[in-house]
Amino acid sequence: MAKNERIKSEEVFREDYERISKKNKAKPEYFKNAVMAFLVGGTICTLGQLIKNIIIGWGTPEQDAALITTIVLVFLGSSLTAFGIYDMIGRHAGAGSIVPITGFANSIVSCAVDFKTEGPVFGLGAKMFTIAGPVIVYATVSSWIFGLIYYLWGVIF
Amino acid sequence: MFEEYLWAFVIGGALCLIAQIIMDLTKLVSGEILVIYVVAGVVLSALGIYEYLVDLGGCGATVPLTGFGYTLVKGTMTAVDERGLIGVFTGGLTAAAGGIGSAVVFGYIFSLIGRAKTKY
Repeated sequence: MAKNERIKSEEVFREDYERISKKNKAKPEYFKNAVMAFLVGGTICTLGQLIKNIIIGWGTPEQDAALITTIVLVFLGSSLTAFGIYDMIGRHAGAGSIVPITGFANSIVSCAVDFKTEGPVFGLGAKMFTIAGPVIVYATVSSWIFGLIYYLWGVIF
Repeated sequence: MFEEYLWAFVIGGALCLIAQIIMDLTKLVSGEILVIYVVAGVVLSALGIYEYLVDLGGCGATVPLTGFGYTLVKGTMTAVDERGLIGVFTGGLTAAAGGIGSAVVFGYIFSLIGRAKTKY
């Protein structure tokens, strides 16, 4: 008898819990998130433009300057991640810190660091590519498909 | 000069804003967004649309991951024009070599330096 009562009270408790937690569940703040993503993403791209213009100012051809800009941004993304600064930005920026190439570098370091204890090969070496791997795979395959179409188009017409 | 930076800010910001809205409305996580963006970049570049965005936005279009797809497509086109069928296989990764190479090297070095921490 006493046992039944306790089970019942647990059920009531669970129902209450579900009802209250459903009511108070945090909805994503669409507007704020979108604005933050826009501002941070825009800032990173503007920084890239600044770096590129400085390098062009040194007399580097544009194509090389674009490549050096990418390398500098990758350096910044991975170093700031290692020192925990990029994650601080990312907490508020969302996609604004994920989508730029700095976010690609961030994904490599943050995944690798978390699994470093599993060893240099299957830990660090493999987990570096948890996110970067799929990106490279899909980028390579989709551009290969494009290349094949482009090639056949040139042969036929 | 100022306009160049403004357009980089607006185009780059807009690409990130779209990604943020997709993430908030769906259950997609960052890795999936990056894959979608890179493939979207390849498709839009293949159709010749992304070129306009690069002309207008400069780094605003090349720094986001869609620009990575654009780099691959441009590299593929150049390589196919020069070398034919071999270029289909070499073009994309040759163009992306700087980005991937630096990401692997710097990623490795800074992973050694960085320390694991709980994220929550």
